Amino acid sequence: MAEIQIKNVAKKWASYQALNDINLTISDREFMVLLGASGCGKTTLLRIIAGLETATSGEVWIGGKRIDHLPPKDRGIAMVFQNYAVFPHMTVFENIGFGLRMQKQPEAVIQERVKRTASLMHIEQLLGRYSGELSGGQRQRVAVARALAMEPDVILMDEPLSNLDALLRLEMRAELKGVLAESQTTAIYVTHDQVEAMSLADRISVMNRGEIVQAASPIEVYRNPAAEFVAGFIGNPPMNFLNAKRSANGWNVAGEEFAGPAAQSNEIRFAIRPEDLSVATSGLPARVRLVEPLGSHLQVTCEVDGEMFRVLLDSDLQIKAGESLCLAPQADRIRWFDKTTTKAL
Amino acid sequence: MSNSVVNQDTRKAGRILYAASVALLCAWVLVPIYLLLVNTLSSPEAVSTFPKSFLPEFNTESLEFFAGFSGMLNALANSIYVAAITMVLSILIGAPAGYALSRFDFRGKELFRMLILLTRAFPLPLLALPLAVMFIKVGLDDSILGLALVHTTLAIPFAVLITFSLFSGIPVELEEASWTLGCTRLSGFRHVVFPLILPGITASAIFAFVISWNEVFAAAVLTIENRTLTAFLLQNLDTSPLHLKFAGGFILVVPALIFIFAVRKYLFAMWGIANR
Repeated sequence: MAEIQIKNVAKKWASYQALNDINLTISDREFMVLLGASGCGKTTLLRIIAGLETATSGEVWIGGKRIDHLPPKDRGIAMVFQNYAVFPHMTVFENIGFGLRMQKQPEAVIQERVKRTASLMHIEQLLGRYSGELSGGQRQRVAVARALAMEPDVILMDEPLSNLDALLRLEMRAELKGVLAESQTTAIYVTHDQVEAMSLADRISVMNRGEIVQAASPIEVYRNPAAEFVAGFIGNPPMNFLNAKRSANGWNVAGEEFAGPAAQSNEIRFAIRPEDLSVATSGLPARVRLVEPLGSHLQVTCEVDGEMFRVLLDSDLQIKAGESLCLAPQADRIRWFDKTTTKAL
Repeated sequence: MSNSVVNQDTRKAGRILYAASVALLCAWVLVPIYLLLVNTLSSPEAVSTFPKSFLPEFNTESLEFFAGFSGMLNALANSIYVAAITMVLSILIGAPAGYALSRFDFRGKELFRMLILLTRAFPLPLLALPLAVMFIKVGLDDSILGLALVHTTLAIPFAVLITFSLFSGIPVELEEASWTLGCTRLSGFRHVVFPLILPGITASAIFAFVISWNEVFAAAVLTIENRTLTAFLLQNLDTSPLHLKFAGGFILVVPALIFIFAVRKYLFAMWGIANR
């Protein structure tokens, strides 16, 4: 059992608040992705869990044991670094066996586990090589194998795929998901790549300015963003926003009437995903600015109520820049956000 | 068309100028060393003749004379002792300082880095006299250890700067990886950092050795009986015939040259030029 509990963790560098009162529980065997733009504190949080950084306040528990005062080696974790950190003066075999050797495991165990994890990562044929003789992808495999060989309670990964080229990244992503599911290890994975996050995660924690804005399953994060930040961060292109004013029997959005939530204020935000709109005879009046045929669909950039509005439409439609359209949103996909708190209503 | 001809001509002229400058600089350094070599290996009579033969006659008379000169071997041994102690002390003190500079942020770090260089800012003659007085008081005068301490002071700035650049060249992630794999700070250093910097540390040690080996002023002021080779030669060559002066110079220059040549890659690193 390796449930991770992060309780009221905060980190302050001089005058800069890197993490602000983080509370998060990650269940046993869960694959948790920390997602956010650079500087949002996701790596700092990971390093605090690893013990490479000390929190200013708060507690970290792994498997029912408080570990934030322990050195990294006593926390039952293993880590995969962004730049691989494969030891250059050791062979692949020695790299993978390094942790076991430090634990003073018997030679037979080391041999067996190194070979097993190497074959799991498809690098058996590289065991005698040095890091300088490996490609980036191979080094990444060594780094993952080295972490897995420790059979840790928790495996921590800091943007492990970001130094690989696009094709290799796709391949490693799929492989990583399979290997980690099989190892039944709790995993925390830091990335700024939302596609990576969506495809790998059991749950995504979206972070912004040292806080977790939403922690939920990928679909939930996509469909029901907890705040405007999440809605604008996830999805490519991201969600569209329009101002909504209170009217007699609902909310007025760009001249159209919608039934909306009961809110305190008189002005809130209307939001809709680009793929949840269709061309109709009545709806939001839009002026087309740009049409980009992407094959599977058309990405149309319009102006609605003075705001930029992106729509994904069927690629057979004949639409030209300068035209006027009526866009009908799919009613059950409309989301509303508070204008001041930016939280979902 | 004509434009490219002009370009070719300027490029050619540039190349010639470049080659000439390189040749001049090389000659500046190499010709004296070459003359030193030729004269050392010439018979005493041939040293004062002109023009010189291009190839030396491989007469080892002068060198043999030196080997048999009384006090010479003793001075050589002293030089080696002093240089060895300097080497060990400057690495023992310099390497931890270099590690701290590269890995930790602390108040006054920049000032500290400047102060290290400042130890080289005072001319040695200024320091040698008070040092001599102090050494006499504490009984370190005319001792190998006393001189080694002074030489260590001279060598430490280089030891700190070279090891600083060595440690900075090792990604901190390697150390962090070792900690997550079961190492303490100390064992992580031993298993990961130390093997990686060992060649550089060796180079830095040899450089400290050379600094001590070549140092003459402090050695001449602070020792009387236990002279190092430089101080010994300075004292005796003054009154020696020309061919012996050349031989003495040769004995001094060659070990230093060999050592510097061996560690040249790391000296570039110290000055901030990529070390590959």
